[in-house]
Amino acid sequence: MEKELLELTVNGEVQEVAVKPNDTLLEVVRDNLGLIGTKEACGVGECGACTVLMEGRPVLSCLTLALDATEQEVTTIEGLSTGEDLDPIQESFIQYGAVQCGFCTPGMILTAKELLGRDKNPDEAEIREAISGNLCRCTGYAKIVEAVQAVK
Amino acid sequence: MKEYRLIGKRLPRIDARDKVKGRALYTDDISMPGMLYGLILRSPYAHAKIVKIDTSRALKLPGVKAVVTGEDTAKVKFGVISRSRKFIDEYPLAVDKVRFIGEEVAAVAATDPDAAMEALDLIEVEYQELPAVFDPEEAQKPGAPQIHEHAPGNISREHHMKKGDPDRAFKECDLVREDTFTTQSAIHAYMEPRAALASWDLTDKLMVYTSTQTPYYVQQHLGRTLGMNPDNIRIIKPFVGGGFGGKSDGLSAVEFSAALLSKHAGRPVKIVCSRDEEFTAARRKHPASITMKTGVKKDGTIVARQSRAILDGGAYCSLGPLTTVLMGTFQTLPFRFEHFQYDGYRIYTNKPPCGAMRGHGGPQVHFAQDAQLDMIAEELDLDPVEMALKNGLKTGDESAAGFKIVSSGFAECLRKVSEAADWQDKKRTEKNDPKKAYGIGLGCGGFPSGAGFYFNKTTSAHSSVIIKAGEGGGLSVLTGASDIGQGSDSVVCQIVAEVLGLPIEDIHITSADTEITPPDMGTYSSRVTVAAGNAALNAAKAAREALFKVVADKFEASPDDLLAEEQKIFVKGSPEIYTSFVDAVNLYQKKNQGSPLVVKGSYNSPDPLSPTYSFGAYICEVEVDLRTGELTVLRYTVGHDCGQPLNPMSVEGQIEGCISMGMGYAISEDLRFDGGQTLNPSFLGYAMPTANQMPKIEITHVVTDDPHGPFGAKETGEGSLDPVAPAIVNAVYNATGVRIKDLPITSGKILQGLKDKDR
Repeated sequence: MEKELLELTVNGEVQEVAVKPNDTLLEVVRDNLGLIGTKEACGVGECGACTVLMEGRPVLSCLTLALDATEQEVTTIEGLSTGEDLDPIQESFIQYGAVQCGFCTPGMILTAKELLGRDKNPDEAEIREAISGNLCRCTGYAKIVEAVQAVK
Repeated sequence: MKEYRLIGKRLPRIDARDKVKGRALYTDDISMPGMLYGLILRSPYAHAKIVKIDTSRALKLPGVKAVVTGEDTAKVKFGVISRSRKFIDEYPLAVDKVRFIGEEVAAVAATDPDAAMEALDLIEVEYQELPAVFDPEEAQKPGAPQIHEHAPGNISREHHMKKGDPDRAFKECDLVREDTFTTQSAIHAYMEPRAALASWDLTDKLMVYTSTQTPYYVQQHLGRTLGMNPDNIRIIKPFVGGGFGGKSDGLSAVEFSAALLSKHAGRPVKIVCSRDEEFTAARRKHPASITMKTGVKKDGTIVARQSRAILDGGAYCSLGPLTTVLMGTFQTLPFRFEHFQYDGYRIYTNKPPCGAMRGHGGPQVHFAQDAQLDMIAEELDLDPVEMALKNGLKTGDESAAGFKIVSSGFAECLRKVSEAADWQDKKRTEKNDPKKAYGIGLGCGGFPSGAGFYFNKTTSAHSSVIIKAGEGGGLSVLTGASDIGQGSDSVVCQIVAEVLGLPIEDIHITSADTEITPPDMGTYSSRVTVAAGNAALNAAKAAREALFKVVADKFEASPDDLLAEEQKIFVKGSPEIYTSFVDAVNLYQKKNQGSPLVVKGSYNSPDPLSPTYSFGAYICEVEVDLRTGELTVLRYTVGHDCGQPLNPMSVEGQIEGCISMGMGYAISEDLRFDGGQTLNPSFLGYAMPTANQMPKIEITHVVTDDPHGPFGAKETGEGSLDPVAPAIVNAVYNATGVRIKDLPITSGKILQGLKDKDR
């Protein structure tokens, strides 16, 4: 399949990438841009591990064509904080033991980021509902929910 | 309990920062120059002869660099339990025959994933279909298709144990119950699919990055199947996205195929499994049928147990021969009885092989045991908690399978949860709402803190740790213990830091790389905290001893009078007389001709079964909609004895994770089959619990100081799973009067049970 050049804005940087029409955003951020923090656990939109933010909204990058991500601000886990700094959600995940194997963590954090962006003080049920599309097999979600709740 | 600086504290994981930043590298995140993408061709038949494989069309496809089949292999079988030839029954790529849908038949490597995918379609395999058998009862009948030549009647393993005289003892019992319980096919569903990246150097040495729980075994089994000295193979375990037993088979076709393709192509090859492959062709948990007979006295004292288990093993052994044994031994925890008989049969069927999954046989038999004891308690008009208290194993006891209990907090777990959950009052909740019913139930567990033996013949210690001091005062810690997300790296660092009086940041761990780290059995049987923890403790003490010796000489003091705290080594009672840790390390080097401080510590279980056992009591509360059968799990109250919790936050994480996995096992997770075909090979189809389905969880740590555990710690990763499902089962009965003997509990089964009851 023919590749075409595409301009993507990822983590605030404009990047030019050559993509095939059927390349997903997940493939492009991981393989073309080396942003391996975005994880593929199912590839068919069922687990949320590949969640990135597009214009601040969580999307499943495995179901999003790279071509559909042009002219949109894409944020991956690498773009959530700069350098050694951490986003308060990331700090909270560490402090509250919300990370075990870590494979669902980037998607989970980005989903929580969007929730906290629109609601500073979500209650427990709202948090559980918001992250219910992000599967985790290690934690039973308890410490993840605590971590999100603790972010001020 | 003694207060420690780091032990027992709620410390963040050492790798959490990298993980939240998306910087932790898992196998699929690693690439090499010239790397090819590999894919595996799998059998569409449950049982068939391979007549011919033609790879020529696939090889001609542009971009394809290698295609391999069983004919390109040394045709050496593997099996993780390699002490017995009978259990070595599987080729890493099929030779002559396939025995389940999804079995690995060929593999391709190409310059891009699309070409590899296209090449799979171009491999022409001619099969001659054979009659297949899918049900373990059918498979044992005369005339049933024979799956392996070496296993007449398709019996993969049988195991028999007997203690005392159960037949005679039953006659002296006031009540004897016999029930049959069945469990479904469940699967690990770790988030990170299996992946391997293999490359060879020009001296014929192989390096493999792989998502495994057991790097040492992979090294051994790859050596065996590739026909080479395992010492020429380097296995590196990067970050691993969960395993739960699904990555502990010693070898997978993923690792083998990547290695073989790389050899043929002369370039690195990476294979990453799709989620569909993980659900259709990966290892899974044994479905089982368990007939359990338990005899008790009027006062609830358990006297005798006789049980028979039929395990649906699937097409190959995997770890199943051990599961067959453990389903016998694990049912002797956490209760004491003198007379015991167990007969276990693992049967080959033409389905994906079953192996170890968290709890390894425990969840199946604990479901049976706790449900049956609940029925017995009701018949005798006894309180299940009181009955559990009466029968629970105590410190100094030995279970009917020979498990020697060196510390037991089981009774305290029961008392604590009973009080915390308000058990006495709540179990009398009146059932007068025609729409919904509330129920409460008890589940109990006990679990070994690691097996006392390797699966292969080896002279290696169960765990070893090497510590190397840098002249900047930092310590390199090398361990083969494999952190797969459970946090063993953090625990090992915590132990070393505690002993040497260092901040945890000064400890730098490598786990695991077979070229560098010493052999270790790996992450299975809930062994890592006790085994690797003790090896780390021993290594840290050796480092301390070496440093104390040179510092004692300097201060003309006795090494016994020294303490290591706050990055200093000082004389007890004279904090002003000290040397910094970094100066001590350099003093050591000066005194030893510049030779670096390198020490090691090892650990072997003092008991061939296990060094020690954890205990737990779980109370579950549910609500059932009596019109629809819909079940809501409201709350778990957990009492857990893992000795001294080294990091309570991590212990809770294990328990909470077990509650979600156990809840899925109890109420939703079920791989369905049509013949040998898995019908729901996806996260959506498999339906593991999501965040909004999880109940409230309240955990009480019952602290015991275990004599064998490092700082008194025991296991928590697997035993925490066993009580989860039976607690729900018993709560559903308490709510509705419907006794579920067949997992999972579906709304359909509850409704049917309600109907049957009304009749």
